[in-house]
Amino acid sequence: MTATLENPATEVGTVPSFEVTLRVRRYSPESEHGEESTWDEFTVTAHGTDRVLDALHKIKWEHDGSLTFRRSCAHGVCGSDAMRINGRNRLACKTLLKDVNPDKPITVEPIKGLPVIKDLVVDMEPFFASYREIMPFLITSGNEPSKERIQSAEQRERFDDTTKCILCAACTSSCPVFWTDGQYFGPAAIVNAHRFIFDSRDDGATQRLEILNDKEGVWRCRTTFNCTEACPRGIEITKAIQEVKRAMIRRAF
Amino acid sequence: MQTHQYDVVIVGAGGAGMRAALEASGEVRTAVISKLYPTRSHTGAAQGGMCAALANVEEDNWEWHTFDTVKGGDYLVDQDAAEIMAKEAIDAVLDLERMGLPFNRTPEGRIDQRRFGGHTRNHGEAAVRRSCYAADRTGHMILQTLYQNCVKQDVEFFNEFYVLDLITTHDLSQGDVADGEEVHATGVVAYDLQTGEIHVFQAKAIIFATGGAGKIFKTTSNAHTLTGDGMALALRRGFPLEDMEFFQFHPTGLAGLGILLSEAARGEGGILRNSEGERFMERYAPTIKDLAPRDIVARSMANEVREGRGCGPNKDYVLLDLTHLEPAHIDAKLPDITEFARTYLGIEPYTEPVPVYPTAHYAMGGIPTNVEAEVLRDSHNVVKGLYAAGEVACVSVHGSNRLGTNSLLDINVFGKRAGRTAAAYAKTASFTELPADAADRTVAQLDEMRNRPDGDRVSDVRRELQETMDANAQVFRTGESLNQALSDIRALQARFKNVSVQDKGRLFNTDLLEALELGFLLDIAEVTVVAAINRKESRGGHYREDFPDRDDTNYMLHTMTYRRPPSAPDTADGTVEGYFDHVEEFEGYKVVLGSKSVTQTRYEPMERKY
Repeated sequence: MTATLENPATEVGTVPSFEVTLRVRRYSPESEHGEESTWDEFTVTAHGTDRVLDALHKIKWEHDGSLTFRRSCAHGVCGSDAMRINGRNRLACKTLLKDVNPDKPITVEPIKGLPVIKDLVVDMEPFFASYREIMPFLITSGNEPSKERIQSAEQRERFDDTTKCILCAACTSSCPVFWTDGQYFGPAAIVNAHRFIFDSRDDGATQRLEILNDKEGVWRCRTTFNCTEACPRGIEITKAIQEVKRAMIRRAF
Repeated sequence: MQTHQYDVVIVGAGGAGMRAALEASGEVRTAVISKLYPTRSHTGAAQGGMCAALANVEEDNWEWHTFDTVKGGDYLVDQDAAEIMAKEAIDAVLDLERMGLPFNRTPEGRIDQRRFGGHTRNHGEAAVRRSCYAADRTGHMILQTLYQNCVKQDVEFFNEFYVLDLITTHDLSQGDVADGEEVHATGVVAYDLQTGEIHVFQAKAIIFATGGAGKIFKTTSNAHTLTGDGMALALRRGFPLEDMEFFQFHPTGLAGLGILLSEAARGEGGILRNSEGERFMERYAPTIKDLAPRDIVARSMANEVREGRGCGPNKDYVLLDLTHLEPAHIDAKLPDITEFARTYLGIEPYTEPVPVYPTAHYAMGGIPTNVEAEVLRDSHNVVKGLYAAGEVACVSVHGSNRLGTNSLLDINVFGKRAGRTAAAYAKTASFTELPADAADRTVAQLDEMRNRPDGDRVSDVRRELQETMDANAQVFRTGESLNQALSDIRALQARFKNVSVQDKGRLFNTDLLEALELGFLLDIAEVTVVAAINRKESRGGHYREDFPDRDDTNYMLHTMTYRRPPSAPDTADGTVEGYFDHVEEFEGYKVVLGSKSVTQTRYEPMERKY
């Protein structure tokens, strides 16, 4: 009746179906293992365009309903499913199985540095608390204009990169400084500070720089570039952090 | 069990919920309950823009926008609501800019605007630049900006709490509450996903902003979490759902995956081509071609495929061609969607056209409200203290087909109205005592489901539902295909009673959550199909091959779908306004159709040509 796609994605992609094994880190305090985390292996059949998230869904839907992870949009814009895949922080919905060498078991773990609640789900509250602390909102003084504030295309471009952040925590939880010191604001909070510090409409840069000048602020960054590599949105995070550092020294933004 | 008391409780933290929260939280004690972290909401996936007749780049006015919205919705739009939306669009955009939203700019530094499907100059003369945008992540920027301002205002959130019941002073599900009787909404019952604990929220005013139900279909642009929760809860508690047969299929989903590629791709000059390389939209919509409204473009694409002019090895998609655009222009205006094509299909849009096919995208129907976002319990009685806004609601500004960008507009205009109206009401109202057993039904439901013996898998029932909906209730429908879908749904409803969950735990039990969501999906699919069977005409997003013409004589009415006990009368609405003669019996209940008249102000229905 309807012109549906009987056998769709496989023809579009180039890789035919294949078997893939996932080695997943499990943690469920209610289970027989209690506070101990364990590894489970699952083998599922995947197709050319399948992502790690598809494989996790196959496991959950066909093998073990108790496997727990967050996900929503499934195409890399909501930021729910950041996890450690073969030792690198990625979004499960944006990582194609064929791109992470499916010939060997693919290791899937929760992101590091945040308390694990169950399996791949971590407590995001400490992450969002740091975000809230840097005053992630436009701060203006004077009267509200009756129409829009004027901003040139160049001024708008100045902070474009850091507006892409989806708060998935892939960057912060890839940062060795954050692993050893959970008090560190972390890359994501700094990225969101950058987004406002360099917005020509904003008058709150001094306050934000004051906050980030803290001993747990930008100076903890050791420019290891883990965050830039981890960002699923391709934000040049380390560069943004450097720009915030420079702004702090020169008081120019 | 924990209990809470707030003046206003908002269910859902997408664009509509957070826009409402920004209005209400400054006035009265407000809580937002969301099954996701707010920034995960699907508003963030919207891409192309938000229309408002700012006239920043060319002549435009709100009346043209109103007309386009009415015509786009194939005249089933309530014209008073469309006029309000088009007028308030201008302030809605300026509000967002003042909140910090980084819109793209004109050379003069003002908000830039671009073309979008169905938005025209002077009643259809040519495409007009009306969509205000931030690259192709406008929804992302709206969601972030609203959340940022909620942080600024210190709005209280209950994240990863799942609302499972709505408490009202009267039981509406029996269909015996008298006309004019004052009914109040008094609270909601929620399940804390992290701990498994039940929370009861008592409130003077409740706003439903839970979003859509795209997961009733297999191929969809919607998130996994868009399972029609708010709509289904309302239906189960005796509220009608309006115009559920009208579901929008977005023309350009990535073929086979359904991932959305914004209409902005065509707004920026992209062209749809068939296997012969022909720009086929010239045949279907000679004036505005690829920028015709979505229902027309989606049907045209499906028709090309059906007539053998599809592309690829199975000839089952068409191509979105951006190769004539400058790479720098693509990078500046369409960075995200071109990245989707690269990531998910391995296609380089600079040099190769992108395989696309329609994808289930947006529910035009939902919980009926008036222009103040107050929820109706039939064609005309308002329920005190209950509001709805965004995709969950039907105002109706979208009629039978929503124009692109009008959903981001809807959530901002009617989200704001809902927040304002709810707060004003809460200031004058007092709390109504909740029954002692308010949470019992929810607790019993959860326990029963958790403790069932091994049965059908949730995923199997859900997959079969989505497959029958894709096969039988998609772009092209017939009485036969819809009845097939209905009979499949009946069988799946029976199997749903025996689905079991493997995870028996209390903590973060997403297995249980998916089972609950499946129940909502089945209920929504059911009324969608029943309403579609009844509507023996073609209008907007609802196309019946067995009734290919619009029939204003018999169907210029909103459909109101009610769920009633078998013993209830077949007239759902005491006043029987333009009553639809259609009832479907199910096990333990029936679905009864009523209607509601369409508000017409300026525009007489005309033939819809583009």
